[in-house]
Amino acid sequence: MAETITLSVARYRPEIEPEPAFQDYRVPYRKDWVVLDALNYIKDNLDGSLSFRWSCRMGVCGSCGMMVNGTPKLTCAAFLSDYLPGPIRVEPLQYFPVVRDLVVDISDFLRKLHKVKPWIEREEEKPLAEGEYRQTPEQLDRYKQFSMCINCLLCYAACPIYGLEGSFVGPAAIALAQRYNLDSRDQGSRDRMETLSEQGGMWECTFVGECTKVCPKKVDPAGAIQQYKVATATQWFKSLLMPWGSK
Amino acid sequence: MRKGITPLLWALFSAGGTVAALFYPIHLFLTGVAFPLGWVNPPRHETVLHWLRQPLFKIYFFVLISLPLFHWAHRFRYTLYDGLQIKHLTVLIVVLCYGSALLGTCLAAYTLWSIH
Amino acid sequence: MTGQNRHTPYHPRWYRRRVSVWWWLQSWPYAKFVLRELTSLFVAYYALVTLWKLRALAAGPQAYAGFLERMRSPLLIVLNSVALIFVLFHSITWFNLAPKAMVVRLAGRRLPDWAVQSANYLAWAIVSGVIVWVLRRG
Repeated sequence: MAETITLSVARYRPEIEPEPAFQDYRVPYRKDWVVLDALNYIKDNLDGSLSFRWSCRMGVCGSCGMMVNGTPKLTCAAFLSDYLPGPIRVEPLQYFPVVRDLVVDISDFLRKLHKVKPWIEREEEKPLAEGEYRQTPEQLDRYKQFSMCINCLLCYAACPIYGLEGSFVGPAAIALAQRYNLDSRDQGSRDRMETLSEQGGMWECTFVGECTKVCPKKVDPAGAIQQYKVATATQWFKSLLMPWGSK
Repeated sequence: MRKGITPLLWALFSAGGTVAALFYPIHLFLTGVAFPLGWVNPPRHETVLHWLRQPLFKIYFFVLISLPLFHWAHRFRYTLYDGLQIKHLTVLIVVLCYGSALLGTCLAAYTLWSIH
Repeated sequence: MTGQNRHTPYHPRWYRRRVSVWWWLQSWPYAKFVLRELTSLFVAYYALVTLWKLRALAAGPQAYAGFLERMRSPLLIVLNSVALIFVLFHSITWFNLAPKAMVVRLAGRRLPDWAVQSANYLAWAIVSGVIVWVLRRG
């Protein structure tokens, strides 16, 4: 008989359960399978009603994030062999409202992401004739790490502050703000600093540091937020000492 | 441009944290453990007083007390928010935390000033 | 077409879980975080002890001797030892996290974390050494 492993999957069907409950599934154990493979096996062979998000299966799209044994993981990169002998607890990303089974509603994040203007802001665009905005490898190096974010939201599910303080903009969005602040082509940093100095901004963060640990792309949002605080405090003292400076 | 004093409070928190991290373990070990247990002889009264008459030492002890108090105030404020989920008491917490730190700072300044 | 295919009526009933007051017991990293934050209590404690010591010094030799005598009480030695452990925990976590906040760039490259951490630990050793030296010199 082939080896099997049990997956304890959180089910929430609003028309059936008033709140999430676990359902166990026995799936074949294969060394090269990840949790996402097991979920797809369930969906295809055991229970077609199970709902979850996934797309690329290779750690790029950022849609298959779930809590695996209580830790936020990309299920496409969580090997069954790391959870022997099981059972493996699979739950939707914590701190997000659950829409159904393993599917969470991320519109709160999208709204907050938009608030920090994660794009290149220019006071004035260069005329096309002047060519592209050039950047040296060193200038690229300053923000490259923060540009690797795939919006998988594992960092939000790792951040107790996001769970406790609903207004908190959160790790990824602040890291992405920092990504554009550090971009030599961008001129929107003052604007973003204004936004993120408000309630729900960078000062909510108490540097738990778990966001950085769970990030599958080594973005280091915790570092980004602390660096942002340093920059904002420096700016504060500068404007105190030189109030005649710009703005 | 900056509204509010959060950046200042955070800067005090950071500076105080650094002072505490660098200076506190050795001081606490000496004053709290090594002197009482007789491992090291505590400095005599006139020696310390001689130090404390010098402005450099006055500043040193002022910083040694004041900044870590502000470090505590800021950090503990957020510990109360996160750990006990009592953010609705924010005004009370802010007054108590930073107020105590300010009080300690004034007391330290007064004490150091009165030594001559 | 008539009422056969029932779909979930809009708007879906999202399930939201409230964060427990005990969230920091949920995992070891969270507990460690709260312990790290609680070191601030012991930092404040030692700040107050220093203040107390200064006031005793200012009040004269007798008050200073009284302070030293009070510090010899077993209860305070235990409390101070616990405080020392927490303050050490503060120092270690503080230095280890320092490179996250302080980005040092040299010759266009970011200094690796271990370099910033080492510099912090070195400063710690020097500071402690100087304090002991000043004390021994009298």
